[in-house]
Amino acid sequence: MSAPTFSASMDPSTKSIRTTSPSPTAPEGKPSAAVAPTLIDIENLDFHYGATKALHGITLKVPDRQVTAFIGPSGCGKSTLLRCLNRMNDLIDGTRIGAGSIKIRGVDIYQRDVDVIELRKRVGMVFQKSNPFPKSIYENITYGLRLQGIKDKGRLDEVVEKSLRGAALWDEVKDRLHASGLGLSGGQQQRLCIARTIAVEPEIILMDEPCSALDPIATAKVEELIHELKLKYTIVIVTHNMQQAARCSDKTAFFYLGKLVEFAPTRTIFMNPENPQTEAYVSGRFG
Amino acid sequence: MSAPATHLFQAKPSFARTAEKGVFWLFRSAAYLVLLCGALVFADIVIKGAPAVFTTTFPFVNTVFLTEAPESLYVFEHEGAKREMGDREFRAFREQEAAKAAAQGRKAPEIKATSFVYSAGGIFPCIVGTVLLVVGSMTIALTLGVASAIYLSEYARQSPLVSFIRLAILNLAGVPSIVFGLFGMGMFVIFLEWNVSLLAGWFTLAFMVLPVVITASEESLKSVPKGFREGSLALGATKWQTIRKAVLPYALPGILTSSILGIARVAGETAPIMFTAAYVVRDKLPWEGLQHAGDFFFQGVMALPYHIYVVSSKIPQNEYTERVQYGTAFVFLFIVALIAATSIALRNKLRGRYKW
Ligand SMILES: Nc1ncnc2c1ncn2[C@@H]1O[C@H](COP(=O)(O)OP(=O)(O)OP(=O)(O)O)[C@@H](O)[C@H]1O
Ligand SMILES: [Mg+2]
Repeated sequence: MSAPTFSASMDPSTKSIRTTSPSPTAPEGKPSAAVAPTLIDIENLDFHYGATKALHGITLKVPDRQVTAFIGPSGCGKSTLLRCLNRMNDLIDGTRIGAGSIKIRGVDIYQRDVDVIELRKRVGMVFQKSNPFPKSIYENITYGLRLQGIKDKGRLDEVVEKSLRGAALWDEVKDRLHASGLGLSGGQQQRLCIARTIAVEPEIILMDEPCSALDPIATAKVEELIHELKLKYTIVIVTHNMQQAARCSDKTAFFYLGKLVEFAPTRTIFMNPENPQTEAYVSGRFG
Repeated sequence: MSAPATHLFQAKPSFARTAEKGVFWLFRSAAYLVLLCGALVFADIVIKGAPAVFTTTFPFVNTVFLTEAPESLYVFEHEGAKREMGDREFRAFREQEAAKAAAQGRKAPEIKATSFVYSAGGIFPCIVGTVLLVVGSMTIALTLGVASAIYLSEYARQSPLVSFIRLAILNLAGVPSIVFGLFGMGMFVIFLEWNVSLLAGWFTLAFMVLPVVITASEESLKSVPKGFREGSLALGATKWQTIRKAVLPYALPGILTSSILGIARVAGETAPIMFTAAYVVRDKLPWEGLQHAGDFFFQGVMALPYHIYVVSSKIPQNEYTERVQYGTAFVFLFIVALIAATSIALRNKLRGRYKW
């Protein structure tokens, strides 16, 4: 049996790839896209909701441990593409990949022997509307680990602290870990969801408009967090906020009507886009 | 012109205001009418039933009525006084009189008594039977109902077939209960050879309330935010883990609410158990005289609603049967209220724990 990264019997060696490979981030902090290896390789992807085709021939290479932003007017298929990356679209009846493929570390995630459970453990997702479970903060963070059968109290405590620190939430909630996650503010809830996601140590974090319901201060906190997270995780973020894309991402993809119009380093997209549509959109002239 | 407005927000007569008033009173009187009818029914049962259930002396509850089996009532004249006696008491009395007469060397006196079936003694076996029927059938209905609701709304692809199944289930809710009784008799009593038994009654009643349970469970499952499911699945949970940990706990209060309605129906229906589980009269209590533990499930029981029916269908009606009838109805209401209150308490507890 071939052991692709996401099959149920996972090859333990694949886990170590991330921890041993050197950070691709260039010393001055501005990584150049050329050196970052590709982590997610989307090729010529068509996606259908029943009879409607939502994505048309998308080809995109998401670099490892960088932040990739998806921008574009409403309904252009950003969420759809994002949800293809952890096969969240499988939940919707009648959806299918018409053509093309998505490979993560070279493994086609839509091939037959891929276990979506393994895939989703490694490709976490933060949703537009923060969705903590109506359980305690502690239970929210440990949810993913308990699913994997981890019960050791010491281990769980450790992960809770580490994840909350990782999500820049520890100081705010350390005294009320057993209070309900719903008692937090909107911004804190969203960071709780991020903490919950990093608790299962994914490799990739998908974020679908994570700040759209947050005020500027909470947004700034999440953006700061994204900056830190990209040292360890590959992040794909959907946003309607141009400044946000400009501030946090390394590469930006502009979509329009289900097609990828332009994909380039963020600086290029905002300063010097090739495509006139991109230019019009980022400068706010349409969209 | 009407008087000039003295301030900006002065009330002005208009059609909308009149309509508002009219509609308000219409709705209000409708609600009060319903309340009144309900109150009348309850008052009737309480007033006529209370004398059978309560006594004026300590312990104020008619323990015989609540703890003994039904007996025939004998009413007769004796030494100028009108006496009422239950079957056993009457027989003992007769023997005693005969013995007395024999001792005095005269012929035993003929006691001319009028008997009224089931008008003496109590209704304990019926209480036991009804509680057993409710608990068993609700267990079956909830297990089957919640399982199929989970399948229909969480697992099955939303195809025309699934919609058709849903429609069929909804239609099932409109089937008269006597039809369920006949089905139960054909299926469980005769075909599966369970005879008139608790088991047959449980399944018949369970099938009768299943539509309610399934429909309500599906609604409750749907009302759990999609975000909980997605959040759970995105963390690498399987579907069943997601349902068990992030969906079902939050749907449970709603499911319980609906099953409370189911309980009242199961407890009160006569037709479905008439041919499947209920005995007119049975001497033994369900736990008495069992050869194997398994026999427990294959015995018929007495039940409160059926007892009311049996007693009421005695013609002519008289004050004695009426007393039992209303007493039974009173106890029945009390038991249903008790079971419902327990479920409501449980639901509220769950609701407090799983709120979002
Ligand atoms: N569940 C669905 N069923 C059918 N069509 C859908 C579904 N979800 C999205 N679509 C369609 O797919 C297209 C892309 O939708 P998508 O949600 O990916 O857009 P988006 O770029 O994320 O928009 P927004 O910025 O508003 O979130 C739209 O035309 C939408 O109508
Ligand atoms: Mg979207």
